[in-house]
Amino acid sequence: MALNSRIPEGPLKDKWTTYKDKINLVNPANKRLIDVIIVGTGLAGGSAAATLAELGYNVKSFCFQDSPRRAHSIAAQGGINAAKNYQGDGDSTYRLFYDTVKGGDYRSREANVYRLAEVSTNIIDQCVAQGVPFARDYGGLLDNRSFGGVLVSRTFYAKGQTGQQLLLGAYSAMNRQIGRGKIKMYSRHEMLDVVIVDGKARGIIARNLVTGEIERHSAHAVVLATGGYGNAFYLSTYAMGSNVTAAWKAHKKGAFFANPCFTQIHPTCIPVSGDHQSKLTLMSESLRNDGRIWVPKNMEDVLAIREGKLKPIDIAEENRDYYLERRYPAFGNLVPRDVASRAAKERCDAGYGVNKTGEAVYLDFAAAIERYGKEQAHVKGLDENDKAVVTKLGKDIIKAKYGNLFQMYEKIVDQNPYETPMMIYPAVHYTMGGIWVDYNLMTTVPGLYAIGEANFSDHGANRLGASALMQGLADGYFVLPYTIGDYLSHDIRTGPIPTDSKEFDEAENQVKSNLDKLINNNGKYSVDYFHKKLGKIMWNKCGMSRNAKDLKEAISEIAELRAEFWKDVKIPGGANEYNEELAKAGRVADFLELGELFAKDALQREESAGGHFRDEYQTPEGEAMRRKEFQYVSAWEYKGEPKDAVLHKEELEYENIEVKERSYK
Amino acid sequence: MSGFLKSSIGRKVAMALSAFFLMFFLLMHVSINLLSVFSADAFNTASHFMGTNWLVQFIMQPILIFGVVFHFVMGFILEFRNKKSNGIAYVKNNGAANSSWMSRNMIYSGLVILAFILLHFIDFWFPEINHKYIEVLPEDPTRYFGELQHKFTPLWRVAAYVVSFILLGLHLGHGFTSAFQSMGVTAGRKKTLKTIGKVYSIIIPLAFIFIALYHHFNH
Amino acid sequence: MKLTLKIWRQKNANDKGKIVDYKVDDVSPDMSFLEMLDVLNQDLIDKNEEPIAFDHDCREGICGMCSMYINGRAHGPDTSITVCQLHMRSFKDGDTIYIEPWRAAAFPVIKDLIVDRSAFDRIQQAGGFISVNTSGNTQDANGTLISKHAADTAMDAATCIGCGACVATCKNSSAMLFVGAKVSQYALLPQGQIEAADRVRNMVAQMDLEGFGNCTNTGACEVECPKGITLENIARMNRELMKASI
Repeated sequence: MALNSRIPEGPLKDKWTTYKDKINLVNPANKRLIDVIIVGTGLAGGSAAATLAELGYNVKSFCFQDSPRRAHSIAAQGGINAAKNYQGDGDSTYRLFYDTVKGGDYRSREANVYRLAEVSTNIIDQCVAQGVPFARDYGGLLDNRSFGGVLVSRTFYAKGQTGQQLLLGAYSAMNRQIGRGKIKMYSRHEMLDVVIVDGKARGIIARNLVTGEIERHSAHAVVLATGGYGNAFYLSTYAMGSNVTAAWKAHKKGAFFANPCFTQIHPTCIPVSGDHQSKLTLMSESLRNDGRIWVPKNMEDVLAIREGKLKPIDIAEENRDYYLERRYPAFGNLVPRDVASRAAKERCDAGYGVNKTGEAVYLDFAAAIERYGKEQAHVKGLDENDKAVVTKLGKDIIKAKYGNLFQMYEKIVDQNPYETPMMIYPAVHYTMGGIWVDYNLMTTVPGLYAIGEANFSDHGANRLGASALMQGLADGYFVLPYTIGDYLSHDIRTGPIPTDSKEFDEAENQVKSNLDKLINNNGKYSVDYFHKKLGKIMWNKCGMSRNAKDLKEAISEIAELRAEFWKDVKIPGGANEYNEELAKAGRVADFLELGELFAKDALQREESAGGHFRDEYQTPEGEAMRRKEFQYVSAWEYKGEPKDAVLHKEELEYENIEVKERSYK
Repeated sequence: MSGFLKSSIGRKVAMALSAFFLMFFLLMHVSINLLSVFSADAFNTASHFMGTNWLVQFIMQPILIFGVVFHFVMGFILEFRNKKSNGIAYVKNNGAANSSWMSRNMIYSGLVILAFILLHFIDFWFPEINHKYIEVLPEDPTRYFGELQHKFTPLWRVAAYVVSFILLGLHLGHGFTSAFQSMGVTAGRKKTLKTIGKVYSIIIPLAFIFIALYHHFNH
Repeated sequence: MKLTLKIWRQKNANDKGKIVDYKVDDVSPDMSFLEMLDVLNQDLIDKNEEPIAFDHDCREGICGMCSMYINGRAHGPDTSITVCQLHMRSFKDGDTIYIEPWRAAAFPVIKDLIVDRSAFDRIQQAGGFISVNTSGNTQDANGTLISKHAADTAMDAATCIGCGACVATCKNSSAMLFVGAKVSQYALLPQGQIEAADRVRNMVAQMDLEGFGNCTNTGACEVECPKGITLENIARMNRELMKASI
């Protein structure tokens, strides 16, 4: 099957407008006859559900949490990009497009990214109209901050809780439609399979997580907005429940999985403290606006710090190595995430890590506190040389900007980041890879769509900060509602999809037998035992840097672990009740398949690009070495076992941007 | 508007409005009583005025009685409904960690005050009504001070009054600011109100206690 | 450290439920409270017992899923955090810890420590939104100026995570802090003022319908709220409802 990305003809900047003008529409009376299932209620799923319901479709919305408001988009901290150019610093749709393609290391699809940049401004308008309380300046205008990998300030934010506020905005729009009866909400429900009838996605099988009941739901189209699969690494900044199950089941039913190895390791997370660790906490990238990253220059200082004999604030300025500023003077601490993460790993691998495990670097706010303090002292007419006054004023500013993050850090680490530098280390944070979609956001299964982090299209090999929120909302508010109409316009005479067909029977039986197998397995080890093992393999062999030998080992180790899982997993309780272990088991079973495909994809991609760094392909300075012959999207087709997956290539063409070495020096 | 009065917030507001009225009444009551400490004549004059003025007797008095009855009936209704909202009780609950004793026990301080009001009615109000409207005895504008002193002779009554006033103080200690909060007063003013509330809830009961003790020891 | 846990176990909504004692050894002070429960659950699974069911998801204090009444307090002894942010260094070796689900008639128990908070969703569905359809043509985001103070105050209200600690800790099981926060967020913004009267009326009516109790201004909710939502929001809701009714 040849991949058809369905990118419209015409010049880049007119593609979307021209396309919208020509696609089929469904008239309002007919929309009432059409059902759409949306799985996931994060920014993408929530905004899509609300918008489609506003348009008149009957929407059924599913989430595994107890309320749509709890989807993990809520945890996004820093902000959302939009090419508003409110700061007048030279931003434009093209520049946002350019930064995103370059940031993604030239592995994303030009037309999609341009469309994303184009609709970005509408998102801000829409959210403000919904009552999202973005930060404002004293004149009452919207404020912006800067994020990694760009030279303009285009990030809109609501304290360190931008994701929360945007999600609550989408949730409020959903609530309005739930109240009107246009969205039927199924919370505490997990999708366990997609049902294909006559080659089209026509419904899902879902499990009611409270009663354990298996339910059939039909629709004319199914939209997956189920997020990323970073929890394959066990430890990540994802929520505990984030999983790949919906996407993986879709993959098994014919949706190609694209670039699974493109995973973002975020540079500023709180380091692991011990074996008990269940999840990692992000410290927003926005902190790099004001924080300076360093490790000691001298090994004796490192050792003294680890033994507790020396405090970081006692190390003199000249004995600190601000390695990002040293290596990348142009972007300094604001290099893109992949670059910052690898640089931290490089220092720690060289032995300069500053905590007991040797896997932490400092993020220091002392300079910012002093700078802001002096500024404030000047404004207030106080003595700029009085250290106490300056420090106090400076801390107040830092508190206003990042107070909630600092509090979060202090609660977890038990150190006061106003007084001593934070310790940070990279952690798995986002997956650029995902289900392959065409320009319409439709997968290789007709009628099956994937939006938000669940798809692959916009971020290439590395996502820039504050772009995930933008993409989720762009897909849900402004792209899918148009493109899905084109598809659904052929379904106005179809009528309701029956759920008593043999396809539904088969899918339900498959789901049930799978659950029975798990619950009756009576093995030796808990689900977490296997999940942690998988995480270790993934982190050690498919993590921040990869090589052929490790990846080959990972492939066979994951396959072995999967066999062991099915032989030895133990799940207490029954299938017809609330049973978190059973739900977890299903998710880990899918991670164990995805993990292998992940490693296979990483092995196949013999280049370094963005978050995918192969030891074999680096420049003499240790930077990523992209290879022209890999300028394509790897879309994998399921063929029974992950190892048998078949590769399809979507060649990437860049007509509006010059592909060059990605330099942040 | 009728919807408002049926809503939880409407009931709160009604509770607060009746509280305002009662707090104003307390202020007046304590002022007149204080006169008894300084001058028997002044007290008699004021009491005579209150006892015979038709505006006070036939307009203010019924409103006051309605206010009192409304406040405690509504208090009971709210308490009952709130208990129903609780569901199963916690095995371990540490209320003291986040709220004051006064605020959590308004129903109990309220009940003591209610018991006190009954005693107070038996002591003063029923004899008054009997005197004026049932037996229709001749009015003696100087009788009030003597009656007051007479009532505070037995120690048990003084003790009951003192205990009740302490409970009243606790009730007011939360009730004063709570009423303003229910009325939606803004955070900026709340600070000042908190101080005024503290002063009010200490001074008023103290003054009543002082009057009771004063007459107990000075007759 | 070693701890004794007294945990509410309840098989399902119809079960009566009871407190069951558990012992955990080897608790590290750096563990989060939920990680301590993970250790206990691992133990229970190893012993072929059913693990304790509790709600949790993001484990960074923002999703609002975790909900436990620990030693008589919502989200445990610390303030301004959720259970997932509570660390074991807040306890001492040998401590006995009571762990119970949120209690309120409007929050029925689903299993063990998990309660049904869908009442909160329904209150929001009654009016917790601004009626604006998605379109590419809404007014420019800077078209209406909003004072920094109003935006910041709205943000403070909007920071509510809907965890339900306010209800759980309230002696009246009142949801007014939650509803007040949502009403306030919109009332403070010009975009929200157009349908402010209907919104507050409908949300309060739904809140009452769900069976939440009445606020008696004890202030417990404000103390226990992990996000520091203040009583001012309740006062504002009261004002808004009075305004809407008169």
